[in-house]
Amino acid sequence: MSFTTFPLGGIHPPERKELASAVSIEVMPQPQRVVIPLSQHIGAPCKASVEVGQEVKAGEVIGTPEGFVSAPVHASITGKVTAFTSVLMPIGRMVQAVVVERAANRPDEAWQPAEDDKDYLKRSPDELKGRIKAAGIVGMGGATFPTHVKISPPKEKPIDAVIINGAECEPYLTADHRVMLEYPESVIEGLKILMAILGVTKGYVGIESNKPDAITKMLEAAKGSNIEVRTLQIKYPQGAEKMLIKSILSREVPAGGLPMDVGVVVQNVGTANAVYEACRYGKPLIERVVSVTGGGIKSPKNLKVKVGTPVSQLIETCGGLKPTAGKIISGGPMMGFAFYDLNTPVIKGTSGIVVLEQKDATGSDKFYNCIRCGRCVDACPMGLMPLMLSLFSEKGHYADAKDYHLFDCFECGSCTYVCPAKRPIVQQIKLAKTQVKP
Amino acid sequence: MEAGKENKLIVSVSPHIKSSESVDKIMWTVTATLLPTFVMGVYYFGPKAVIVTLLCIIGSLLSEYFVQKLAGKDISLKDGSAVLTGLLLGMNMPSTLPFYIPLLSSFVAVAITKQLFGGLGYNVFNPALMGRAFALITWPRAMTTWAQPIANFTGMDAKTTATPLGILKEQGLDKLLEVFGSKMHLYSELLLGHRAGSLGETSVIAILIGAAFLLLRGYITLRIPAAFLASVAAGAWVFGGKQGIFTGDPLVHVLSGGLMLGAFYMATDYVTCPTTKKGQMLFGAGCGLLTILIRLKAGYPEGVMFSILIMNCFTPLIDRGFRTEVFGAKKKA
Repeated sequence: MSFTTFPLGGIHPPERKELASAVSIEVMPQPQRVVIPLSQHIGAPCKASVEVGQEVKAGEVIGTPEGFVSAPVHASITGKVTAFTSVLMPIGRMVQAVVVERAANRPDEAWQPAEDDKDYLKRSPDELKGRIKAAGIVGMGGATFPTHVKISPPKEKPIDAVIINGAECEPYLTADHRVMLEYPESVIEGLKILMAILGVTKGYVGIESNKPDAITKMLEAAKGSNIEVRTLQIKYPQGAEKMLIKSILSREVPAGGLPMDVGVVVQNVGTANAVYEACRYGKPLIERVVSVTGGGIKSPKNLKVKVGTPVSQLIETCGGLKPTAGKIISGGPMMGFAFYDLNTPVIKGTSGIVVLEQKDATGSDKFYNCIRCGRCVDACPMGLMPLMLSLFSEKGHYADAKDYHLFDCFECGSCTYVCPAKRPIVQQIKLAKTQVKP
Repeated sequence: MEAGKENKLIVSVSPHIKSSESVDKIMWTVTATLLPTFVMGVYYFGPKAVIVTLLCIIGSLLSEYFVQKLAGKDISLKDGSAVLTGLLLGMNMPSTLPFYIPLLSSFVAVAITKQLFGGLGYNVFNPALMGRAFALITWPRAMTTWAQPIANFTGMDAKTTATPLGILKEQGLDKLLEVFGSKMHLYSELLLGHRAGSLGETSVIAILIGAAFLLLRGYITLRIPAAFLASVAAGAWVFGGKQGIFTGDPLVHVLSGGLMLGAFYMATDYVTCPTTKKGQMLFGAGCGLLTILIRLKAGYPEGVMFSILIMNCFTPLIDRGFRTEVFGAKKKA
């Protein structure tokens, strides 16, 4: 059988999904202390709405959004606000955070649904959007764009399709796979809600063919609906929005444009699940499934974790690091960020903690001159010439880099993966992007 | 949480994994795929073929070493590129040369053409071909004195003779057929390599075996070689005949001279060919047309070397003019 995929570029790194794909989601015990960043999304940070010493319940708002592109932040455990602090996020930025602690003798007081609205699909789009916004839902694939904004396209951009992104094309990661396998109905219901909000009659779920069990489950859950579950050929970066839309609908998002320019909204599997829980039970986004995997961790797992839990505790729950561990990444190894500090908390967009062994992890190794082999050109899914971007950036010719479509690069890393001269192309591109205006 | 005591964690920018491909691996692999060609060269031209090739490789390594030493750069002999240049240069030489020609030519190839332009990746021209061009212009007689190919391991001086293209140029196709007996015999001798020529260019089969490996591994694509061979064949068919247009014999032209070696190993040199699909096809076609122009109309019987060197000049221009099409840049219908 031949499955669809995007035509241009793409690579096939070793998948390594087998490490954790068969491990069921395990609910991690509530931590004693959580550190909840007030900026867990793209857009304006939240303003703290609690004070030190204040008692908070799990699910209570502790940070209110400032501005349209923002999302509230909630306490993930019941306890007392003990401090405001700043934490170093893997992207290299210090962000303000609220510390919530539970007294040692105090039992878990987990979040409980106050309601069960079985008729959620009958609510008005604005009502549902309100619930999503109040729940603080952001894109959980890693981009963390506030979901209520993404599903509020301007009138002149009519939407006719919603796609749930179950590609999970990053090597190692298995969280979306497990969510589709274990909560298929929630994901499908979440998609139905998104379709209702956007007034769309056609929904899609795109899954790569390396997750046949998830495909079966999702097909079952989607039976009798307007939702098509599509099996896709394995190819990185299929999970990138533009590639996924091309793979499923053969539509090409214009350069510099957004999915809504071709009438599509894409949401991640985890996000769809969160949308369902928010619209039915009023559940805020205070926990998520995180794959803790890689060759450098003793027992890889998929953990359901409270937002704000330090990464070190996830690693402990998975048996700790092997002596060979060399690099710990937030997200996948192609686009994720290396941790500086294992006290960094899990946030809404943390899809995985990948522990690479020293032998597999790249560092700041010596690199060669570009030999112009053109592998990067063939690998680029955006049809760019990464070698030229790399060379221009190296020489400081940033305006020339822009002329070679610098800002169409979404930093998937395919070029850098294939480069035989081991050039840090993505790094050079990131640098160039900071030196010229789009 | 510690990852061992001295075992600090690495922090760097994504992607955090890379393929196992490397410059060294590519250079040494290409070098290895030339082995069948080299062996056939030795088979036909004897121990002298080994000596010429070794002199080219030694000259290349010495040139690379001394220029890098003088310039205070890291010595990069182990990346294999100097060995590859030397080997390719050797494959492009007749077996009958005095020792100083291979040595001086490899100096021109590696020291001048490559290192003085900035080293690996920065050279404008194919180093091995520049070395050969220098030799051909400086010692025209020595560089066109071809040994008669015989399975000859005595090291005795063999008879010299003309190359098939030389006969074709001077005396025409009929003479060539007379020398080789029949058309089928001519084709089969061209394929096997039983003919006069540079020591690595005569055995088409050996070259194709190595090239097939490179194609399967994805080290080269067919874009340049196919366009190169197709345009030579087309040009030979249209303009190569005595009885007017469309009467030429494309196969003789495709199988003779240095075309196969040039198309698969020289024109595909990463550094000096364009990087985009369209650009590469144009580059290949340009090489082919110039080759046939030289073969049919210019003073030299063979034009592969000059055509590639001329097209090398156009590579930066082609890369500018034939950029890739950005995803989403298509005009709306």
